[in-house]
Amino acid sequence: MKPAQTTVPHQTLRGNGWLRKHAGHYQLWLMVLPAVIYIAIFCYGPMYGIQLAFREFNFSKGLTGGEWAGLKYFEQYFNSPMFWPTLRNTFIIAFFSILLGFPMPILLALVVNSIRSNRRKRILQTTVYMPYFISTVVLVALLQIMLSPTTGLIDGFLKALHLIPADTNLIGDPGAFVPVYVISAIWQACGWNSIIFIAALSSVDAQQYDAARIDGANRWQTVWHVEIPAILPTIIILLIMNMGSILSVGFEKTFLMQNSLNKPVSEVISTYVFNVGVKSNQFSFGSAVGLFNTLINFTFLMLANALAKKTSKISLM
Amino acid sequence: MSNSQAAHSQKIRHSGGIADRLYTLVVAVISIAAFIMVAYPLYFIIIASVSNSTMVNQGQVILWPKDINLYGYEQIFKDTRIWQGYKNTMIYTVLGTLLNLLVTLPAAYALSQRKFRARRFIMPLFVITMYFGGGMIPTYLLIRDLNLLNTPWVMIVNGAISVYNLIITRTFFETAIPEELHEAATLDGCSHFRYFISVVVPLSKAVISVITLYYVVGHWNDFFNALLYINTDSLQPLQIVLRNILLSNQAFAGGAGSGAGAGAGSYAQQFADQIKYAVIIVSTVPVLIIYPFIQKYFEKGVMIGAVKG
Repeated sequence: MKPAQTTVPHQTLRGNGWLRKHAGHYQLWLMVLPAVIYIAIFCYGPMYGIQLAFREFNFSKGLTGGEWAGLKYFEQYFNSPMFWPTLRNTFIIAFFSILLGFPMPILLALVVNSIRSNRRKRILQTTVYMPYFISTVVLVALLQIMLSPTTGLIDGFLKALHLIPADTNLIGDPGAFVPVYVISAIWQACGWNSIIFIAALSSVDAQQYDAARIDGANRWQTVWHVEIPAILPTIIILLIMNMGSILSVGFEKTFLMQNSLNKPVSEVISTYVFNVGVKSNQFSFGSAVGLFNTLINFTFLMLANALAKKTSKISLM
Repeated sequence: MSNSQAAHSQKIRHSGGIADRLYTLVVAVISIAAFIMVAYPLYFIIIASVSNSTMVNQGQVILWPKDINLYGYEQIFKDTRIWQGYKNTMIYTVLGTLLNLLVTLPAAYALSQRKFRARRFIMPLFVITMYFGGGMIPTYLLIRDLNLLNTPWVMIVNGAISVYNLIITRTFFETAIPEELHEAATLDGCSHFRYFISVVVPLSKAVISVITLYYVVGHWNDFFNALLYINTDSLQPLQIVLRNILLSNQAFAGGAGSGAGAGAGSYAQQFADQIKYAVIIVSTVPVLIIYPFIQKYFEKGVMIGAVKG
C-alpha cells in the first residue's frame, strides 16, 4: 500500500537515506511520547514492582529495596484459610457471569436486528444502553433499595408471585449474592455489550438474506445459518477477551455489595488483596495474592486463545 | 414471468409462515420485556424521588408520582458534602478528560502512520498492558512513591490513556482518513503537527466524541481511585460522597443534622429513601445529558474498536 508519490517531498531533502527517512519522524515521536511515558511509568512501573511479592517489604527502602523472601508469601497464601474461599468465590462469580452474561448481548442483538420499525429499534437501543452510564455506587444503592426485604419493589414483586420464599433477604442472604450480582450485571451491561454484535449484524450482506429466503429458510433458520455465522468471529474474539479477565471479578461492585452477612461468599481475590494488602499494610502478601490472580487470568487468556486458534483459526494475537 | 415470481414468493412465505410468525412474536415479546425491565426501574426512581416516601414504601407509587413534593431535592441543596463532591468531580472530569484527549489523540495519530516504523514495537507494548499489570499493591506503592497520594493529581493523571480508546482512535484514523490527504498535504509542505490539527482532528469528530464520552463517564463514575488514593474529605469525588450517603447510611448532614435531637434524626430516616432517589438522579443526570448527543456515533465507534489492534 505504499504509493510512489511519497518519495516526492523527500527529493527536496539532501543527505543519506536513513536520515532522510527518519528526519520527518521526530514529530511522530513527539506525538507518541506522552503516551509512552505514561505507559512506562504507570503500567510498566507497577510491573517492575511485582518483585515485591518475592521480597520483604521495607518501608524506608521502597518498592524493591527489601530482603529477598522467595516464595514465602505465595506459600503463606496457599496455606491460609482464605485461599480456597477466595479462589472459589472468584471462580463462581466469574463462571456464572460468563455463562449467563455472555450470550445475553448476542440474543439482544439478534432481537434488535429483527425489529423492522426504525423508531422502535432506536427507542429500545437508547433504553438498554442507558444503565451502562450509571455508576457502580448508584447501581448498588439501587439494588439495596429495590431488594430491601421490607419496602423493596422487586423484592415485593418476586414475593407476591411466590418466586422466592417470603423470608428471603436478597441483600443479606449469602445464597442470593451470586444471582443478584450476575443478574444486575446483565441488567447494567447487556445493552451496551450488544452494540458490537448489532454493528456486526448490520454488515451482513442483504444478498445472503435473499439467498436464504430463496432456499426456503424461515426466520429461525436464517438466524442459525446466516446471522450467527456472520457474527461468529466477533463472538469468538470477545469470548477470548472475556476469558482473559475471568478472575478479575469487578472489585468495585463486589466491594460495595459486601456486608458482614454475605462476606463468606463475597470475599473474592481482589477484595481480599485490598483488605489485607492496602487496609492492613501487608504489602508483600497482597502483591503475591494479586500476582497469583494475574497469572491465572493470563493462563486462561492463553488457553482460550490457543483453543480458538485450533478450532476456528481466529485468535487475538 | 412476474406471475410465476409472485407465486414463488408466496409459496416461500407460506412455507415459513407459522415459524416466521412465531419468530416475530418472540422478538416482540423479548424486546418489550427488555424495554420494561430496563426502563421501569429508571422511571421508578424519578417518580419516587418526587413522591411521598411513605406511599412509595407502601407500594402505592407505581405508575405516577403521588403527593408530589421536592423534599429530597431540597435536602440535597442544603448538603455541602454533595456540592463539594460535585465540584471535585467536575474538576477531575474536565481536567482528566482534557489530558486524556491530549495524550490519546496525538499518540493514535502517530501510531496510525504506516511509515512510522516504531509503531511495530510500541503497539504490542501498549496492548500487553491491557491483559497484564502489576496489580493493586505495586500500583498503590508507585502512586505513594510519586507523592500523588491525597492529591487531586492522582484523580487526573492516573489513567491518562486507555489503550482500548487508543486502539479505537488509531483504527479510525487508519480507515476513515484517506492516505491521499496526507500525501497532498505533505506536497504542500505541511508538517505532521499541522496536518493533525487542521485536517485529522476536524475530520474525526465521530471517534473523538465517542472516546470523550468514554473518558468523561470513566472520570465521573470513578470510585476505585478515590477509595484507594484519597483520604482527605475535601478532595473526595462525588462517588465517594454518594457511597457515604447511599450505602453507609451516614446521617444526612444538611437539613436533618443541623436540627439537633432524635426527632430530627427520625424525621430524616423517614425521608431517607426519598433523599436517596433524589441523590441518584442528581448524580447521574449530567452523564445522561451528554449521552443522546453522542449516541449516533456509538455503533460506528465501537465497531471500529472491535477490529483487533
